[in-house]
Amino acid sequence: MTIVPIIKRDYIIKLAEQGKRIDGRDFVNYRKIEIETNVVNKAEGSARVKIGNTQVLCGIKMGIGEPFPDTPTTGVMSTAAEFVPMASPDFESGPPREDAIELARVVDRGVRESQVIQLEKLCITPGEKVWLVFIDIHILDYDGNLFDAASLAALAALLTTKVPVSRFLKDLNERDRDSWQERLLELYTIPGIDEVAFGTDVANKNPIEDFPLPMIEPPVSCTAVKINDFILFDPCFDEEIIADVRLTVATDHNGDIRAMQKGLSGSFSREEIQKVIKGALDNGQEIRKILSHSIGK
Amino acid sequence: MKSDIKLINNEGKRNDGRGPKDIRKIKIEAGVLHRADGSCYLEWGGNKILVAVYGPREAVPRHTQNPLKANVQARYNMAAFSVEDRKRPGPDRRSVEISKVISEALEKIVLTEQFPRASIDVCIEVLDAEAGTRCAGLTAAGVALIDAGIPMRDIPVACAAGKINGQVVLDLGKEEDNFGDADLPIAISPRTGEVLLLQMDGHLTYDEFNEAFDLAVQGCHKISEIQKKAIMDKYQNAAAEVNE
Repeated sequence: MTIVPIIKRDYIIKLAEQGKRIDGRDFVNYRKIEIETNVVNKAEGSARVKIGNTQVLCGIKMGIGEPFPDTPTTGVMSTAAEFVPMASPDFESGPPREDAIELARVVDRGVRESQVIQLEKLCITPGEKVWLVFIDIHILDYDGNLFDAASLAALAALLTTKVPVSRFLKDLNERDRDSWQERLLELYTIPGIDEVAFGTDVANKNPIEDFPLPMIEPPVSCTAVKINDFILFDPCFDEEIIADVRLTVATDHNGDIRAMQKGLSGSFSREEIQKVIKGALDNGQEIRKILSHSIGK
Repeated sequence: MKSDIKLINNEGKRNDGRGPKDIRKIKIEAGVLHRADGSCYLEWGGNKILVAVYGPREAVPRHTQNPLKANVQARYNMAAFSVEDRKRPGPDRRSVEISKVISEALEKIVLTEQFPRASIDVCIEVLDAEAGTRCAGLTAAGVALIDAGIPMRDIPVACAAGKINGQVVLDLGKEEDNFGDADLPIAISPRTGEVLLLQMDGHLTYDEFNEAFDLAVQGCHKISEIQKKAIMDKYQNAAAEVNE
């Protein structure tokens, strides 16, 4: 750490005491969020998310592979994040470091634990063949708050993903196809399927055609940091590097909390945590609207 | 890799509708990233390439420093989702080789002697790939270096020519690369015509090589104009913003 952040810290705190931030925002406001979907043709789904100057690209690739022995009828997902040296002068090439791994795991948890992808519907032949979902996150430009940008990019990319049935049909034998056809019919007759908010095409029961990844309405995560006693949402790079503590809260469309992650070495009081949750609920509503809009819903 | 697949019809139209001497559609935008010292986004047919330039900055680790000139270090990297079957993240033998030949091409054109002990880092990220990514990467790197204000002798530019169904054509597409007879990517300094990068695979006669080489050089000159326009656009827009 150099001397510059210490000088910036004084400056940021001085502004905060007057109720201001370096880019003129309120404490609870986000920077401008832009989501662009289907940006990579080779990917099954993709999205580029900009939060202010932070820019993240997420691409989804799918394949067919073996399920884990303990879950023979569920698809397999994995998440990886690359902090490419493009994004910041401080990122180096080489194997992912701990910050990239933390980010990938937090995004992975957000998607996995909330069961946004209905992995049980991605089974082809139980115990033998299931769909694999690879979520790859590319950080292109780093100006703070990668957690929100990366998870939002992953969600937008997943929500626009088409399962590439037609491309992989040649890898399936007769038995696989029958099993898949049967399971696909089941997929669209599961009670309550109408409640699935995103991406089901009931008319399209043909296993040969690509179809949207089965998803449920996803939780949206919001991050805030604490600097002295000030709680700032959506920290930019300068705020993030001097922050004492960070909290990410994922909330769903019912206004319930679905995931949390505290980071850095500072601490929060109970009241402060409540404040962050309230802010996450409000911002989550807005972000959810932007997300729905970006995928054309 | 000769095959019977028809890539060009009797009227000289290729499968994507291009004539033998047409390049795919190219779009270049300079200065698209916030943190990088210089950057460029380039779309070339189905290729989508993002390039960031950092530097000149102190070369690390220190033993890599050259007391007489700067190192130009390009890193060509393909995103896991940029190809048909997911690519494992990280460098493989192919991307290491491409990084090396691009670094060497850029080293010739950058005024490295002005920055002893420094490093100029060029990050080339292939986000979407469809044949000719090394040419697209190098072309984008040229614009990003200008955007970063790195002094250069010229703006490097690259383009490939090749042979499909026995005919020499410019700028191979995906099918043509896979099933064609030869591929010849080159990079030049358009002002002097010096060749900065040259690779070839396949099978060409001496006369075909000459024809392909000349065609690729012509392609480079066309693309060079698009590069210059992208740079001009950036500064014109900047000027317009200031005047507002």
